[in-house]
Amino acid sequence: MINMNRELPGLSMKNPVMPASGCFGFGQEYARFYDLNKLGAITVKAVTAEERAGNPVPRVAETESGMLNAIGLQNPGLEHVLQHELPWLEQYDIPVIVNVAGNTMEDYIYVSETVSRVKNVSALELNISCPNVKVGGIQFGSDPAIAAELTKKVKAVSQVPVYVKLSPNVTDIVEMAKAVEEAGADGLSMINTLLGMKIDINTGKPVIANRTGGLSGPAIKPVAVRMIYQVSQAVDIPIIGMGGIHTADDILEFLMAGASAVAIGTANFVNPFACPELISSLETRMAELGIDDVESIVGRSWKTCSSVSLSSR
Amino acid sequence: MIVEQLRITGQEEIAPRIYRMTLEGDSVQTMTEPGQFVHVKVSDGIDPLLRRPISICDVSQDKQELTIIYRAEGRGTRLLAAKKTDDTLDVLGPLGQGFPLDSLQKGSTALLVGGGVGIPPLYYLAKKLVKRGVNVRTILGFRQSEDIFLQKEFRELGDIIVTTEDGSKGVHGFVTDAMNQAEKPYDSFFTCGPVPMLRAVKAAAASDGFISLEERMGCGVGACLACVCEASDATSQEGKKYRKICSDGPVFRAGEVVI
Repeated sequence: MINMNRELPGLSMKNPVMPASGCFGFGQEYARFYDLNKLGAITVKAVTAEERAGNPVPRVAETESGMLNAIGLQNPGLEHVLQHELPWLEQYDIPVIVNVAGNTMEDYIYVSETVSRVKNVSALELNISCPNVKVGGIQFGSDPAIAAELTKKVKAVSQVPVYVKLSPNVTDIVEMAKAVEEAGADGLSMINTLLGMKIDINTGKPVIANRTGGLSGPAIKPVAVRMIYQVSQAVDIPIIGMGGIHTADDILEFLMAGASAVAIGTANFVNPFACPELISSLETRMAELGIDDVESIVGRSWKTCSSVSLSSR
Repeated sequence: MIVEQLRITGQEEIAPRIYRMTLEGDSVQTMTEPGQFVHVKVSDGIDPLLRRPISICDVSQDKQELTIIYRAEGRGTRLLAAKKTDDTLDVLGPLGQGFPLDSLQKGSTALLVGGGVGIPPLYYLAKKLVKRGVNVRTILGFRQSEDIFLQKEFRELGDIIVTTEDGSKGVHGFVTDAMNQAEKPYDSFFTCGPVPMLRAVKAAAASDGFISLEERMGCGVGACLACVCEASDATSQEGKKYRKICSDGPVFRAGEVVI
């Protein structure tokens, strides 16, 4: 019997797989394909205090084994999410993580406090790493002191554990991770997208209306693995790993790098059944490899042999 | 909604870089609404990564066969063009909201206006309208005579005018030049093609109608918010100021969205 269960702050998960914020809406679109109860958890689209219209189109561009996006945090706003999206998710028995974004520290605090009081919200994910908005987002995610201050203030008002979503677009992600851990973060999620650009050689102009966009998909996987490997050794809080996961073996790689759970983003666009298929193929691969507990391989890439509980094979 | 490996039953180049592919499989049974699209995975691996939205051109329920017509333009569609009979294709769909048929009664007249690769979804629509007893008149716009396709097929369903920008065949000019010349009235119009054409058609039209939009898409199912357009009337649909082209569209009532 393979143990897929994961216990993270606020999150009691029956497997380590959840959809990543921004790639799954508020769940309703994918609920037409499968029962969301199969998921380890769900992370919903970023919520801001007021409704956001997002960026002009084109918002996406395909790149080599990846894609750029600049949606611009389009969302219906806190009030709508409280009245429609979160109540709809009550029918599912899975932890709900709400991704919180804002222009100002006050925005983050207000949305975090309000959302964290909703009964079916298990944790918050502080979005301090969106590369596609002019104000907020990355501004809070590129300066360790500001990130720490925001984390501390949100922690002071939140009724549920707080995960901080880190940007790879920084010089030293370990420094960022340590700063938010020190400020009281319960966990980390990483990585957000890498800032990129694609130019249409027929027009000579960037394809995406916002000019730059966030790169996701298999193309960024090695960067994510490296960063999780580094950060997981420097902090004592769990990491939800993400960045280009496409196969069960990718999930194993992220866990071995040091992630305690994983999130699936772009793969949902390629295959709407990506999450449930990955959950079942992960179990198959673990059986083939003789791994009987997810926990046993977390951080295997850097833990010394004696501290890793290898299975009997 | 289904993801299925459909079997390719045929593929031919019907005009320069324009391909007609037929596919067979169970999910074809659900493709009953003209104007919907399928989201196609052109590679087995991760490159190219995303699916390609391609409109449904025709469906034969007897043969459980789907027809798509597309232009081999970028890397993805060139890979699609290289596929052979009996290869399989990963198809998600049908997706989106198609052309509403119930606005037209038996004996009424519909004007269909298509430009280039916007023409294919109008063919399945024309067949469905004719079946309902609606008179179908079609205007098809192309750049030049070599580019013309589906002319014969549309002619079997009703009156047709072809326009070419260089005047090498049919009416010299754009589809709207033919619209302005045609004096016969119609009850509704249906159009698909490049956005400047849609704008011109909407402005020239003498009735209400429906437009079909296209945009770069991500998921194709309404989750990623890549393919949105601005709504003209924010009071409808829960006050949302935008529409998702993949799931609220691709067909919209002309005037519902800003184009």
